[in-house]
Amino acid sequence: MPKEVTTLIHKYLRHDKKFPHVWCPGCGNGIVLGAMIRAIDRLGLKKDDIVLASGIGCSGRMPVYVDFNTLHTTHGRALTFATGIKLAEPSLMVITIMGDGDATAIGGNHFIHAARRNLDINAIIINNQIYGMTGGQHSPTTPYGCYSATSSYGHIEHAFSISELAVTAGADFVARCTVYHAELLEKLIEKALQRSGFSIVEVMSNCHIQFGRRNRMGDPITMMKWLRDNAVTLEKASKMTPGSLKGKFTIGILADVEKPVYTKEYEKIREKTQKSEKVK
Amino acid sequence: MTSNQSKKRRLLQGNEAIVEGALAAGCRFFAGYPITPASEISEILSVRMPQVGGTFIQMEDEIASMGAIIGASLAGVKSMTATSGPGFSLMQENLGFACAAEVPCVVVNVMRGGPSTGLPTAPSQGDVLQARWGTHGDHPIIVLAVSTVDDCFEITVRAFNLSEKYRVPVIILSDEMVAHTRESVILPSPDEFEVIDRVTPSMPPEWYIPYEDTSRGVSPMAAFGEGYRYHVTGLVHDVRGFPTQRPEEIEAFISRLFRKITKGFDEIQMTSSLMTEDAEVAVITFGSVARSARRAVIEARGQNIKAGLLQLITLFPFPRHPVEEVLRQCRAVLVPEMNMGQISREVKRVNTEGTHIKKYNRIDGQSMTPDEILVQLMKL
Repeated sequence: MPKEVTTLIHKYLRHDKKFPHVWCPGCGNGIVLGAMIRAIDRLGLKKDDIVLASGIGCSGRMPVYVDFNTLHTTHGRALTFATGIKLAEPSLMVITIMGDGDATAIGGNHFIHAARRNLDINAIIINNQIYGMTGGQHSPTTPYGCYSATSSYGHIEHAFSISELAVTAGADFVARCTVYHAELLEKLIEKALQRSGFSIVEVMSNCHIQFGRRNRMGDPITMMKWLRDNAVTLEKASKMTPGSLKGKFTIGILADVEKPVYTKEYEKIREKTQKSEKVK
Repeated sequence: MTSNQSKKRRLLQGNEAIVEGALAAGCRFFAGYPITPASEISEILSVRMPQVGGTFIQMEDEIASMGAIIGASLAGVKSMTATSGPGFSLMQENLGFACAAEVPCVVVNVMRGGPSTGLPTAPSQGDVLQARWGTHGDHPIIVLAVSTVDDCFEITVRAFNLSEKYRVPVIILSDEMVAHTRESVILPSPDEFEVIDRVTPSMPPEWYIPYEDTSRGVSPMAAFGEGYRYHVTGLVHDVRGFPTQRPEEIEAFISRLFRKITKGFDEIQMTSSLMTEDAEVAVITFGSVARSARRAVIEARGQNIKAGLLQLITLFPFPRHPVEEVLRQCRAVLVPEMNMGQISREVKRVNTEGTHIKKYNRIDGQSMTPDEILVQLMKL
């Protein structure tokens, strides 16, 4: 193991307390965790200033492993708890980690409103296209025609595109990547953490156990290859026809705009009302 | 605010007095979603919170409101939300999180007629048992009931105090009657009431065990960002806050949640009595019905009926001992409520003396008048 990895493990993980972790061998969640930790380390953020909040599911277990202020909330509600934390203590760097079902099924309402409201919160969404922890039921991102524990005859619903949904809902910064593109992922998370306003990094990941095995991709390497072959950079996509893009997804930065940030706007209201109170 | 200013007589509705109580208790975060008959609490706090350096936010639904106030409390700020029946139903899941993770917060439920959308502009007391048992699993919770505008201020302050002291969510049950009645009240000045803040850790972070048992059963609570870096979860957890499946740790966790409340019974279980010392018949009730009952009892005395009133301020944990005392002493007890008999079930549950208990219920969206309570008293 390279020395850098050991150093990061000792610095950021609750390595003597909560391991081994609950994730299956070959799971993409570890790659996301690693990318996030390297981004945080590169930015030199203080562990005391970071809150990592999650919902329920495999991704929901991530906070327990890291040495930050960590919060494992209810299913789909990580962003609501994060909203309260950020508003009560704006100096904290608030990161939420969610799954696809977590963020866009049960938590879909919170997700679009967090994007619209533009609080300075960072959302990392691991999209493995399935409910993994509960045993492989279909999620809002399970592709049409795929098989799951609750679509044994082939899925007849159509999938959400999480990043496009976030762009439409008004998120300041939206990026998509895969666990195959680990270096790009790290850079995108680093960029997202530096941004004020609501930022989203959607990470296409592999659940070879619950999704792959039902869809002829029963091992991590096959799924990694699937991610590699279906990810198209935005630049390349711009030169492709809609027909040739079918079944693929774009990676890169999908939105990068700046809107007034809620916490700063609210601070202005505080200053204004407190001034007028004093005049009275 | 100088004490001179605070002594001014003011015309307030119940919802406004709850706002005043919350701010006086140190509440500096409010998240809510519009709903009749609780909306005034949100509207007024949207104006007042920034003035006092606090935060108001209107969330996308009541689930989110409940999540946000838990988050704010974890960051060290006293927080509250307010709603009515349908919204209260939506809050139940996250309310359970606050019970399990022991996050202080206050939830105001201005009850309307139910079930479902029910009667948005009519009073009811139909959410009593939901307030106690609405969220799943065995859990302790504190439920208080307000009956007048004066009450609204005082009981809201107490709600925050109990919540902070015991690290438990506190539900304030109001009803449309109390919420929208305007009364002339004198709010107490800050030196006239006590404000309690949660105990925070005094030890260095490396010694901090976030859910360690103490003599009171309540552990000190560190705010996120203060250097303690601990884990908070709705999973059953060990003393360090990490998920556990060890039977002995599960048992210790659930038992402590209950023990911390049981140990505080004397202070938590609040009641108010009127002429119960020599009473032969008594009314046991709460909320706006208690106000009508007060008048009915006074009038009954005028007609030589030895009547008394036991008003329950704390509904849960159910104030068993004061109720038992009344049941022992009186030959008959009347329990009027604006529901199908939710508190009368509790009264019957503790009735070991065989005292005659008469329930009297209104479920037609109308408030209970003193006259009808008096008529029922005379029939006992």
